[in-house]
Amino acid sequence: MRRRILPGFGLTLGFTLLYLGLIVLLPLSATVWKTSSLGLEGFWEVATTPRALASYRVTFGLSLLAALVNGVFGVIVAWMLVRYEFPGKKLVDAMVDLPFALPTAVAGIALATLYAPQGWLGRWFEEFGIKVAFTPAGIFVALTFIGLPFVVRTVQPVLEQAERELEEAAASLGATWWQTVRRIILPVLLPSILTGVAMAFARAIGEYGSVIFIAGNMPMISEITPLLIVIKLEQYDYAGATALAVVMLVASFCLLLVINTLQWWTARRSSGGVA
Amino acid sequence: MVDGAAQFGGGGLMGAALGMRRSYEAVAPHKEVLPEPLLAKLVIGGLGLAFLVLFLFIPLVAVFHGALEKGWDLFLQSFDDPAGWHAIQLTLIVAAIAVPLNMVFGLAAAWAITKFKFRGKSFLITLIDLPFAVSPVVAGLIYVLLCGRQGWFGPWLLEHDIRIIFALPGIVLATIFVTFPFVARELIPLMQAQGNDEEFAAVTLGAGGWQTFWRVTLPKVKWGLLYGVILCNARAMGEFGAVSVVSGHIRGQTNTIPLHIEILYNEYQAVAAFAFAALLALLALVTLGVKTLVETLSRGQFRGDAQLVIAAKEA
Repeated sequence: MRRRILPGFGLTLGFTLLYLGLIVLLPLSATVWKTSSLGLEGFWEVATTPRALASYRVTFGLSLLAALVNGVFGVIVAWMLVRYEFPGKKLVDAMVDLPFALPTAVAGIALATLYAPQGWLGRWFEEFGIKVAFTPAGIFVALTFIGLPFVVRTVQPVLEQAERELEEAAASLGATWWQTVRRIILPVLLPSILTGVAMAFARAIGEYGSVIFIAGNMPMISEITPLLIVIKLEQYDYAGATALAVVMLVASFCLLLVINTLQWWTARRSSGGVA
Repeated sequence: MVDGAAQFGGGGLMGAALGMRRSYEAVAPHKEVLPEPLLAKLVIGGLGLAFLVLFLFIPLVAVFHGALEKGWDLFLQSFDDPAGWHAIQLTLIVAAIAVPLNMVFGLAAAWAITKFKFRGKSFLITLIDLPFAVSPVVAGLIYVLLCGRQGWFGPWLLEHDIRIIFALPGIVLATIFVTFPFVARELIPLMQAQGNDEEFAAVTLGAGGWQTFWRVTLPKVKWGLLYGVILCNARAMGEFGAVSVVSGHIRGQTNTIPLHIEILYNEYQAVAAFAFAALLALLALVTLGVKTLVETLSRGQFRGDAQLVIAAKEA
């Protein structure tokens, strides 16, 4: 068979590369250029100030916590959507994607209002002496919201296609329900759960819009790295902003690699099956 | 068991989560193989529902409640504001430029990737995904470093009196970057799953490249394309972080709807802020509605495609 039966290879690939180069690669190389003008020592100095280190702790720590919580509840929601029948299931299924489609600023003001001390939910937490809005707990709430669809959507198709024969076999050999879940189903789901958690984490570390309204934005306590970049830019500290951006970019690249590896593992797991 | 669709659909950072669900195979009806204990059902169902109510439904209701809390009159009054109208106009202009460009790119990239074999294809797919992994704030910053006063092209742009940062072109560029992968990512798995048989047939029967594209490929992918464009549009109109960095927040000049919401909220005009937020929330709900519709339709269409192939072979 000839390789290129269809026309348009040069045109489409050429346009794709040109557009990619202009929109993505050129600006990214400007960032690398700006960083290299800092020098390694200069970069290290601005990237590791106490305020920057505190912002990494807040951003990465709370993103991880939110991603893990989504890991647990994402599996529960996916399980509910695949294995149970209930009225309004289609609506619930469609709503899971809301955090993707809802602009982050809208989510931000809605969550900030809800969890404020007089808000519908904040009032309730206040009775237990817990403050959510304008503390790191608020950041956690926002990051959990925006990461919600990832685990559900990675686990759901795997659970739909999971081979029921294995469960039947386990049951006929006398396994209880909980044993089957733990020993048969969860290991099959594990790669997709990890993929979803990694995606939710990657999305959370870069998040800005939904966080800044609810965070309180106190330096060293509830200030996320993207906000610190904006603050540095507003002070015309381009070098400082760029150094922090490079830290974030490196983290994003590494996560992209991890996610690609996990997805390869997921595909191999589900295609390998019992064979 | 994994077909091309599942492999590509799961690929990339946003593939699995964002795209339409790719299980074109009919899912076998649920058989109760192993009776699940009632307690487990109650715990799983209860926890799942509580989580969704807390994190999805209450925030959504809060947006509309915030907008209508003081009545319809005040809600409608919120739009009686020149700065607000300007923000709506600017948002529409930005989306009208960014979305078609990303649509053309998505079609070109999907054609190149799914119709031909070439080296470095998976690397190219990773690069297309890249903007989704980058923080919106960083996405704005890289354009400031490229076109800002201190940037690479800064001196040249200043000399020729071209304003990009703190002006419309910067907002458009940042929006294009943030919504860059959406159409491509929707089309690649779809076209991969559909295969190229019809295109081969058309070309063999003497159709030209454009004819094949307009008459064969486009009708095949129209639903997926529609969802990709709608999602791209929703994200373009709602983008906050990247636009906030490049816009300069000049009221009545470079404020888009999300930036206008921020200003109103910070000025304690809660009703007005939520009124504009409700507009964008409606757009998000429409997007989800279209997604559900397209999923249902494309499943039907996928079956229809098989008949199309047979018809083409008979012709």
